[in-house]
Amino acid sequence: MDKVIIAKDLSLSYSNSETIINKVNFSVDSGSFVFITGASGSGKSTLLKSLFGALKPKQGSLVVGGVELVGISCSKLNFLRRHIGIVFQDYKLVKEWSIDKNIMLPLIINGYVKSVAQSQVDKLLKHVRLNHQVGKYPLELSGGEQQRVAMARALAHNPVLILADEPTGNLDEYSSDLIWKLLEGANKQLNTTVIVVTHNIPQTLNVEYKHFHIEYGSIHEVN
Amino acid sequence: MKSIKNHLSLVIALLSILFSIQVFLIVDRSINAYKENLANNYSVIAVSQKRLTNHNILSINKIISNAEELSPDSVIKRLNSDMQNKNIELLKLSLPKFYKITLSYYPSPKEIGKLTADLLRNSSITKVENFSSNHNTTYKLLLLFKSVVTIFALVVIIVTILLIFKELKIWQYKHNERMNIMGLFGAALWLRSAVLFRLAIVDALIASFLALCIFLYISSSPWVLQQFSYIGINIVIFNPLEDFAIILGVALSISVVLASLIVVGHKEEV
Repeated sequence: MDKVIIAKDLSLSYSNSETIINKVNFSVDSGSFVFITGASGSGKSTLLKSLFGALKPKQGSLVVGGVELVGISCSKLNFLRRHIGIVFQDYKLVKEWSIDKNIMLPLIINGYVKSVAQSQVDKLLKHVRLNHQVGKYPLELSGGEQQRVAMARALAHNPVLILADEPTGNLDEYSSDLIWKLLEGANKQLNTTVIVVTHNIPQTLNVEYKHFHIEYGSIHEVN
Repeated sequence: MKSIKNHLSLVIALLSILFSIQVFLIVDRSINAYKENLANNYSVIAVSQKRLTNHNILSINKIISNAEELSPDSVIKRLNSDMQNKNIELLKLSLPKFYKITLSYYPSPKEIGKLTADLLRNSSITKVENFSSNHNTTYKLLLLFKSVVTIFALVVIIVTILLIFKELKIWQYKHNERMNIMGLFGAALWLRSAVLFRLAIVDALIASFLALCIFLYISSSPWVLQQFSYIGINIVIFNPLEDFAIILGVALSISVVLASLIVVGHKEEV
């Protein structure tokens, strides 16, 4: 099976601070569902940041989608990111844009024709059950609804990889269930690789998954 | 309302810079026009033992535009009551020649000094009257006026640039979040900063057109035209083509530099 992520002797740290992830080795198969868990401050989010190039590896090698992230140029990194969907705990929606425009963002970046992009947005809004909120702005919605918008944005361009950092961290049960179902659906129906950083793995998940745990700067697979 | 407020802060700052530049241009034109007036009324008197041709005098210094020999008749008229015509003719021949020398522009005191020295270097010229004390006072007054206006314009521009830098920090804060989010999905730098440049260019256009309206109004105001006619100068207060091109160029340059500084200073934070 193809590997979508290969990390070799990967070390991560923020500038001038101590090493957070220390010489870890792991790989993720294409089309798999992966959970990364660990205590607060263990480096889960740091590892996730490195997977979309927001944090450069200090040492070792990190290949995502066949692209080496060590010493990657801006244009190559932008190209890689166009094939990744990202979901954050704090949603990261553009507040001055309507939710439709927020969902359309990856489609605009990927050069979709406006009419095609609009029909994709309409479909996604129905999919995340927000079609009654068309034209509203993020701050007019609840936290759960904002996260559903972020989820729709992450799915909009049919990415090969979805990275989610605590996607259901502060959400109500209804929104949490919906987010997990959307991630599950993307993995099962579109064969999208999904990597989720979380404290708790949901019990209701109906998908086979791999589980990595981070502790003291190293990562190990939990069976 | 919030959007108008966002535009106003940069538009007002740009407008004050454009206003200072245009006022400086008007003052510069007024001073040049006034200097031209002064040059028309100013002349140097040279006294020569021999008759000099116009060509002789013009070759002494490039600043000389014309030389006119003054008639001694008015001097002789006061003496001629008891003199015979023959004696008057003899006296005329023995009198030195007086020349009124007019200049092509209003010179600086240094240029006046050089002109006097050049004239006196000619062996025939024995005396030069350049009315230097009067000339120097007028010239220094003009220089002082121009310096005061220049300093004032510079102060306004510096203060406004400082204000713009403060505005830049606010813009940086406001646009960073959107640029970061767009970057997360792989937007190229030009696409991330497109909104910023569009905003900057729109503000520059608004400020330029406001300045155009203000100066078109000022340049056609009867009161302003009357003030210029009082001091006897006739200048173009605002040239809708040339001056607007300068104003637009300055406004666009400042806005684009401002937007570029934000883009260059942008750091991805996740």
